[in-house]
Amino acid sequence: MAAILDLTPENAWSALWRRLREDRAGAVSLGIVAAYLFMILFAAAGILARGWSQEVGVPYANPGFLGERPNLEAALRKKTERKGVAPDLSKVDPLAPKYSEWERRTQALRTVEPERAMTLPWGGDRWGHDVLAKAIKGSQVSIAVGVAAALCASVIGTLLGAFAGFYGRWVNDVLEWLYNVFTSIPSILLIFSLAAVLRSGPFANWFASGIWTVVIILAVTGWTGMYRLVRAEYMKHRSREYVLAAQAIGASATSRMFVHILPNVSHVILVQLSLLVVAFIKVEVILSFLGLGVPVDMVSWGTMLSEAQTELVIGKWWQLAAATVFMAIFLTAFSMLTDSLRDALDPKLR
Amino acid sequence: MSALLSVRDLTVSFVTRRTSLEVVHGVSFEVRENATLALVGESGSGKTVSAMSILRLLPENAVVDPASRVDYAGENLLTVSSARMRALRGREISAVFQEPMSSLNPVLTVGEQVAEVLRLHRRLSVRNALERAAELFDEVGIPEPRARLRAYPHELSGGQQQRVMIAMAIANEPKLLIADEPTTALDVTVQRQVLELIARLRSRHRMSVLFISHDLGLVGELADDVVVMRDGVVRESGPVERIFRAPQDAYTRALLACRPPLDSRPRRLPVIDDFMRSAHLNTAPLERPAPGAPVVEAKHLRKEFRLRTGLFRAKSLVAVSDVSFDVARGRTVGLVGESGSGKTTVAMMVMRLVEASGGEARLEGTELLGLTAAQMLAFRRRIQIVFQNPYASLNPRRSIGRTLAEPMRIHGLGASEAERYERARTLLDRVGLPREAMERYPHEFSGGQRQRIAIARALAVEPEVLICDEPVSALDVSVQATVLNLLLDLQESLGLAYVFISHDLAVVKYMADEVLVMRAGEVVERGTPEAIFRAPQHEYTRNLLAAIPRGLRSGN
Repeated sequence: MAAILDLTPENAWSALWRRLREDRAGAVSLGIVAAYLFMILFAAAGILARGWSQEVGVPYANPGFLGERPNLEAALRKKTERKGVAPDLSKVDPLAPKYSEWERRTQALRTVEPERAMTLPWGGDRWGHDVLAKAIKGSQVSIAVGVAAALCASVIGTLLGAFAGFYGRWVNDVLEWLYNVFTSIPSILLIFSLAAVLRSGPFANWFASGIWTVVIILAVTGWTGMYRLVRAEYMKHRSREYVLAAQAIGASATSRMFVHILPNVSHVILVQLSLLVVAFIKVEVILSFLGLGVPVDMVSWGTMLSEAQTELVIGKWWQLAAATVFMAIFLTAFSMLTDSLRDALDPKLR
Repeated sequence: MSALLSVRDLTVSFVTRRTSLEVVHGVSFEVRENATLALVGESGSGKTVSAMSILRLLPENAVVDPASRVDYAGENLLTVSSARMRALRGREISAVFQEPMSSLNPVLTVGEQVAEVLRLHRRLSVRNALERAAELFDEVGIPEPRARLRAYPHELSGGQQQRVMIAMAIANEPKLLIADEPTTALDVTVQRQVLELIARLRSRHRMSVLFISHDLGLVGELADDVVVMRDGVVRESGPVERIFRAPQDAYTRALLACRPPLDSRPRRLPVIDDFMRSAHLNTAPLERPAPGAPVVEAKHLRKEFRLRTGLFRAKSLVAVSDVSFDVARGRTVGLVGESGSGKTTVAMMVMRLVEASGGEARLEGTELLGLTAAQMLAFRRRIQIVFQNPYASLNPRRSIGRTLAEPMRIHGLGASEAERYERARTLLDRVGLPREAMERYPHEFSGGQRQRIAIARALAVEPEVLICDEPVSALDVSVQATVLNLLLDLQESLGLAYVFISHDLAVVKYMADEVLVMRAGEVVERGTPEAIFRAPQHEYTRNLLAAIPRGLRSGN
């Protein structure tokens, strides 16, 4: 009798949750992505990796598990520090009368040179920043940029693609022209010009704070692939009988587009979304390398990788490793999660 | 005559990660030399799986029981090497499939495709192979065979595509031709021609044919022996005359009886269940209400499609030129014709799913064609449609409950969501489905059940007119009867007016009170079904009548 008393079918979201848990790969990747999200939240709240910009170790501090490795750079820096007494030049030095006053004033101040550690858990960079803290803080920026930009690009691409594919005719013609304009400009040129406009144009004040510029640049340049795919899917689906049947019962065009067709093409969008996240995280690396990415007072996987270039030559591999491992684990888990999500959303695979 | 191929105790299972499902349970049959064996059964009976295991063309997760044997010329085809199997396929045993369009490679010309088969097995030069392909095209009745060699599959009609497939199959003069529902996707008159072609080729080349079909009436004209299968088991087998004249099995009798009869109009068509439970057959004639005031009037409907041929040039294609009909409460008007005759376009214009180029469609005096989308919404409630393909007309991502509740929500029927779901359950009762169907998804149902769901969705808004666009064409013959019975029951209890569209004259004759025969967008003949059957005026109508399968071929 329970089945008869239960008035509505199983809630779509609870069904999704149940099926996602049953899929082992999906459950594991969901766990990893959730762990990253918590890490990002803690990093954003300042609980984790707060001190990433403090110089806590000697330059290129060795990782904790490689403490015995000779660190020539740190040794070199110690050697160059001045030792001994400077020769007396007070007779010729015009500033000599001031010295005693400066000496007195300096005594009132206290500079604390923090104790620089010889080793850090996952090593240090050129200035002695903790690489592990940098990687955690970098995840926050990179993932936020990648996911936000991919979501924006997907929304733009899906909306335009849906309109072009569903309505056809002049709507399609207009949007195809827009698409052609965007794809005919080399994307790096487009990114440069957008970056120039957003950073120093009339909107510069709006986006002064940093990562939103990157998100907008990526979203505005990256929607085209999604648009084409979604448009093709809508062209295919708009004349399917289930859509005609929905029209026959009086469903509006909006309802047909987004309530009837959208769930049936969602697998295409989800797969493309995961590819976009991966691609955008990589583009952010390139942009940061070119100096168009996140501001210099922030850290991302991209800035870490561009620093790693020079470090690798002198055998300091840990910053590269940290950024790569963090990035690889997240991107793999994210791709697998979207795959499982697609399967979990498909009633045929229950 | 000795056996060319004998299948012994064939058992096939499909294995998934967790489960194993046996679909063919120890099937045995023999194909005699120079004869046709028909394998008949509904979808899901295992007939295609049985035939494909002969060629070893089963999906990867199919497991054939090691005790099974398929003996062909002293070899067990289930155990020979794959190199040997490749040599046999296409040369000794070849196959023709249901969908000619998806069986042909769309980017190669049909000539190249036929020539490829010849070159693979006979090592002919390109030139000689094309020469031979032209001869084959001539043999299978393709007009202008030499010119057609250079045609791409999409440039040919469905019937010609299937002829190309047959030409390819007989190119190497095989001993055995396996034809898996080769005519199901074709129009009735073309179906007839293809069947005659297969019969003619069989006797000329002295080969054997294994013909697979869901329609027992169809194979009677072609087969020498018949094997009737159901649920992976052979129910009955024997020479065709005995099967037709003295069927032993109740299921065979049911298959023979479920086609709408041409000479009478019983109140209820017999269905498989009646025979399996040996229930009393109701043979009372169907009573039809007298014509009254028309609910729907269509006058001079016309549709032109504009095809862009250049930047500024366009040519117009007349899909429907002048169609008029009207239908009263409780009555049915039937539109019959082949694909391309414009009958579906007529339905779409009345539904306003396609905008008409001219004419009128009135619903109780209100002209529908001029209404705005918002005004039309109120009328959508009163006129509904059931589409041909129940696999495509239900949204695969929605549970049945949501599918049925949506039209009620759009039209404000039912006070609350709970009430709508309750009404949806009542609808499921009405179309003979269990209430548990509410929470399930379309793919979990068979074709006949899906068509019932589509009918329930159309009835959800309590319409007065129901347009049935080939509602049973995609279904097995045995399932057709149950859906037709349901439609008649609903018409009687709800007083619905039907516009019934089909390519099958027998079905239209059973359902309709007035019949319009359409061809190339025009009505070529109209009248009562009895009159059209007794004295068809137009030659096209006579062709359609001749194409209806009538069981045993004359002379048997």
